[in-house]
Amino acid sequence: MKRSWSMILVVAVPYLWLAAFFLVPFLIVLKISLSQTALAQPPYLPVLDLAAGWRGLRGFVTALSLEGYALLFSDPLYLFSYLKSLAIGAGATAILLLLGFPLAYALARTPQPAQGVLLVLVVLPFWTSFLIRIYAWMNILQRDGLLNGALQALGVVDAPIPWLATDAAVMIGLVYSYLPFMVLPLYASLQKMDTALLEAAADLGAPAWKTFWLVTVPLARPGIVAGSLLCFIPIVGEFVIPDLLGGSQSLMIGQTLWIEFFGNKDWPVASALAVALLAVLLVPIVLYQRQQMRALEGGR
Amino acid sequence: MVRFEDVSKRFGATAAVDRLSLDIFPGEFFALLGPSGCGKTTLLRMLAGFETPDEGRILLDGSDIAAVPPHRRPVNMMFQSYALFPHLTVAGNIAFGLRQEGLPKTEIAERVGAMMALLQLGRLGERRPDQLSGGQRQRVALARSLVKRPRVLLLDEPMAALDRKLREETQFELMDLQARLGLTFVIVTHDQEEAMKVADRIGVMNHGRLVQVALPEEIYEKPNSRWVADFIGDVNLIEGRVTVADADGVVVEAAEGIRFQADATDGAKTGETVWVALRPEKIAIASITDGKRADALYGEVLEIGYRGDVSVYKVRLDNGLVMKAAAANTMRRVAQPFGCNDRVVLSWARDAVAVLTR
Ligand SMILES: Nc1ncnc2c1ncn2[C@@H]1O[C@H](COP(=O)(O)OP(=O)(O)OP(=O)(O)O)[C@@H](O)[C@H]1O
Ligand SMILES: [Mg+2]
Repeated sequence: MKRSWSMILVVAVPYLWLAAFFLVPFLIVLKISLSQTALAQPPYLPVLDLAAGWRGLRGFVTALSLEGYALLFSDPLYLFSYLKSLAIGAGATAILLLLGFPLAYALARTPQPAQGVLLVLVVLPFWTSFLIRIYAWMNILQRDGLLNGALQALGVVDAPIPWLATDAAVMIGLVYSYLPFMVLPLYASLQKMDTALLEAAADLGAPAWKTFWLVTVPLARPGIVAGSLLCFIPIVGEFVIPDLLGGSQSLMIGQTLWIEFFGNKDWPVASALAVALLAVLLVPIVLYQRQQMRALEGGR
Repeated sequence: MVRFEDVSKRFGATAAVDRLSLDIFPGEFFALLGPSGCGKTTLLRMLAGFETPDEGRILLDGSDIAAVPPHRRPVNMMFQSYALFPHLTVAGNIAFGLRQEGLPKTEIAERVGAMMALLQLGRLGERRPDQLSGGQRQRVALARSLVKRPRVLLLDEPMAALDRKLREETQFELMDLQARLGLTFVIVTHDQEEAMKVADRIGVMNHGRLVQVALPEEIYEKPNSRWVADFIGDVNLIEGRVTVADADGVVVEAAEGIRFQADATDGAKTGETVWVALRPEKIAIASITDGKRADALYGEVLEIGYRGDVSVYKVRLDNGLVMKAAAANTMRRVAQPFGCNDRVVLSWARDAVAVLTR
């Protein structure tokens, strides 16, 4: 293939973008994570002094330390935050999958004009600000909010339940916010499926539930993997939803990070937390990439 | 074995199957023949359980199967689109049905292996459907439905994508298998030759109805209507009026003044409009050697269609009628016995003439 300048440009722009706004900041964070706190501006040491030349660089490198990372292991608070984030991420993803699969399935089987309308409805929430929608949930979940009002009116509960500032509220917010990210990839893979395959399975003697496990689920696997990772990865690092809907007694990693940065002004530990989070999420991210590559190859 | 009783199936305004009744006998190889869109697939899908008839009943061994779901029917279908499972290997596809029966692993492996050998899929067991050629896919689909040894096997154009040689082999394998296992086969095909070759009986369908159900020879030699005569094989159809109709035979006079003599025919009454059907291969074509004969027809060759084993000559008779006559190419030579514009004489035996009243 001949490479023209316009093609190089088209490829180079996104890479330059990523280099400038992802790689460089990441390197800075990585560097800060290897520094030590200081009462200074910026609040860490060492600072690279290029004017000092070679000696300055050597002094800089020797002053770097792994203390920030050592701190992560010394305080169980951090480990707890990670585990909590992973647990919430896994739980929310499981609920999303259970809710999203039937939704996507019904969507893919709806006859055409209606299917398009329903699909628009799935992405409709994106038309309002994410923050506003979470504030709306705060309103719904508060003590005298809509949810408690409805439950009391129906006679399900006598006294209002404290929803806000609980993990349940975080879960509700997460599931609500991430549902489209689960439904859309599932819908895409279910929609491609040939219904004749379901008939063939029935014809060969498989009852409906077996057809579901032996044919539908395996064929929807790319969608299941893509949807799950697309939800799990950002949920683990989620900050806004747990901060606004969750309590302060047990924090997710995003909140811990925020506190270290802005509360304790401990930039090195906060950076170490961020780097460690990335390391933890690298596994599912790589899995997701591989799945996408395979889907592309198989798609033909 | 299988009985359709006044079965209808409508999609919106179109009746895909229209008050159709049919009996298929145990151990029979039944072929459904008909133009595209006449309802063949719909008929099979109703038997397999994927469509419910709007009217009428379908009986299997004398009992109505309306309430039996597809996965419990002792009927298997080979889909026109194959419908192979893309996530399973060839062997996995073929084994799918046997696994549903809960057979022991060794028996499954044995039967799958035998079926793959039969359909020459030997070395493809670990491939996935998207790594196969069209013909190979078709054989996998055939193997998958055949391996279950169903009471009734429905084959929706099972051999359309096979090359001629493999098709003939598969046809014989099918006939052999059907006879050996005593299964009942219903095959849908576009290929008349195939239907004639494999089937015990043929049903010719048009617009959701069965036009004629008969033995292959009867369908070909004694079509019950112009439409069947025209649909099956090549035919000269000539409109005429019955001038004589008695026990000795029928005489039909065509507009062009030709008189056709035929054996006595049911329903042909004097004065009625009928159609004479004459197959090209039953017309003898010869060059003019001696003088004019009263009972022969003279004409000029318009066009020659060379088909290898036979050549079809389009001849314009002196009275203006155009007829097709076929002659076997018994000699191995490149030059045809007759050329365009040659004068020829056509003749046929009296029993070659079929008189059709509708
Ligand atoms: N699901 C459906 N919805 C609407 N119309 C249908 C449906 N299935 C079949 N038809 C119509 O019913 C008629 C019969 O279709 P069918 O598939 O039985 O034809 P066929 O004889 O199998 O044709 P072919 O030889 O092309 O496979 C056609 O006119 C077709 O358009
Ligand atoms: Mg069909």
